[in-house]
Amino acid sequence: MTNLTDLSHRRSVGRTAIRRAAEAVATAIIRAAGWTAIVVLAAIALFLAWNSLRALDEVGIASILTGTSWYPTSDPGKFGAAPLVLGSLLVTVVALVVCVPVGLAAAVFLSEFAPRRFNEVSKAVIEFMAAVPSVVYGLVGVALVVPSVKSAFGLDSGLTALSGGIVLGIMALPTVVSISEDALHAVPSSLRHASLALGNTRWQTTYKVTIPAASSGIFAAVMLGVGRAIGETMAVLMLTGNAAVMPKTVLESVRTMTGTIAAEMGEVVQGGLHYSVLFVVGLILFVVTFAINLAADVVLERQRKRWGA
Amino acid sequence: MRLTRAQRARLSESVARSLLGAAAAVVIGLAAFVLVYIAWRGVPGLSWEFLTEVPRNRGREGGIFPALVGTLYVVVGTGLLTVPLGVLGGVYLSEYAPRRPSTRLIRLAVANMAGVPSIVYGLFGLAAFVLAAGFGRSILAASLTLTCMTLPVVVTATEEALRQVPADLRHAALALGASKLRTVMTVVLPAAAPGIVTGVVLGLARAAGETAPILFTGAVFQMRRLPDGPGSQFMALPYHIYTQVTSVPNWNRDLVWATAFILVLTVSAASAVAAVWRSYRRRRTAW
Repeated sequence: MTNLTDLSHRRSVGRTAIRRAAEAVATAIIRAAGWTAIVVLAAIALFLAWNSLRALDEVGIASILTGTSWYPTSDPGKFGAAPLVLGSLLVTVVALVVCVPVGLAAAVFLSEFAPRRFNEVSKAVIEFMAAVPSVVYGLVGVALVVPSVKSAFGLDSGLTALSGGIVLGIMALPTVVSISEDALHAVPSSLRHASLALGNTRWQTTYKVTIPAASSGIFAAVMLGVGRAIGETMAVLMLTGNAAVMPKTVLESVRTMTGTIAAEMGEVVQGGLHYSVLFVVGLILFVVTFAINLAADVVLERQRKRWGA
Repeated sequence: MRLTRAQRARLSESVARSLLGAAAAVVIGLAAFVLVYIAWRGVPGLSWEFLTEVPRNRGREGGIFPALVGTLYVVVGTGLLTVPLGVLGGVYLSEYAPRRPSTRLIRLAVANMAGVPSIVYGLFGLAAFVLAAGFGRSILAASLTLTCMTLPVVVTATEEALRQVPADLRHAALALGASKLRTVMTVVLPAAAPGIVTGVVLGLARAAGETAPILFTGAVFQMRRLPDGPGSQFMALPYHIYTQVTSVPNWNRDLVWATAFILVLTVSAASAVAAVWRSYRRRRTAW
């Protein structure tokens, strides 16, 4: 009898040990999964840097950034990426002019003035806009924006920085609207009530109290919109005409950094100089968007702490 | 005519209200217009043959069957990789991660991954999966690339869904003697399922529509047969649209718009169903 209980006791001790070991293994797997994001991000940086080495060594970052002629296939190739950087900037500025005023105004309306039921609809609509693939925006731009720009300005071709920027602005709208709306929502209603109790109207409350309180979140929304616009590839590739020359106006064809990688990577010799330079362009994009996102994230985090959400 | 202060305030209130309302109307109108326009241009090219046949004459005739299948394969491959990784990652952040700077670093990394341009993921996929890992241009390499891209979406959605599960449930399970792992797997995760599923669907829908990450990792212009395994190259709907518009002279407008319509329809229908299901489940859940 004593033997039997002893045995079952020992068996249950064994089972507990196995269970504990299984728990420890599973916990380790979960922890590893948690760290995946850091591993992937570090791997992206490493692979971009590693493949950039040859170009950084043979051409140099300074002459890539300041060189104004991009003739990668001539012999010897010229790898001045300044036209590409400027192209990206130009398109992004146009996109901001399109999306920031409309997007912020829409966010303020949705957060401060619109009735509740309207909000559900607008949320679905904005999610739909964000879900449309960029190649489809490119197609819509080819069909509608390019011919309109061409006839409005009497150009030979409507494939311009303006066309790309307009479509990019529309594509960045969901980001700008939803993030700044969230920022406005996060402002505690006690602030609004206090202002209204002092006799301010809704609009006075909005621009004197709510918008300043949400300003850092709104700033982050614009930053993330910029990040989205700089990083967008397919729509600009289809709409800007891709001439790698120094742009003077928005009515000329430009080539962005993203578009250059997409258009040229398919035809280069793997491991060659041109291949490596395209990785440098990718590295520049990565660093720029990383900095933008980091800044936006820090700002958002501070806002979160401030209102204790 | 001079206005009193109150009159001025009332006037600016109504002006501001109508201007802001107009901006909101522009945004919503734009979205509605895009939707209707794609449908209007896309419907004429739709037919049974369009969905079930291979492209002919460089895509100017025939159908998009291989592209449909290719996109399906890549999305399934991405799902198989991204769901376990992303869900467990979210579980870690919500249930296990200590309140330490290292956790803050992981959150920063997740937020930053979401902002990395899709073409940079394409470059990374080419360097890491196609070349360094030796997978070649294939469904596997493309799925891995898209997994990196959708991971932050799934991680964030899982973490948020888990956070909304009340602590009472956890305490009750632990009080009954369940281990932490058991509590998380059998009590907390099922309770958070609607939010997680919605996040997964949104992430995969986005992956289905991406072009830039698959440009150099396995998508091809045309294939006569279907992919025969994870090592095979593939056609994809978004890449098909892109190559038709940019490298086929006199591309068939009807067929390309129909392709875009199918893509948008699938992507937005999946997102809509997931969103509706989530809000339905939320309303039915007590907390």
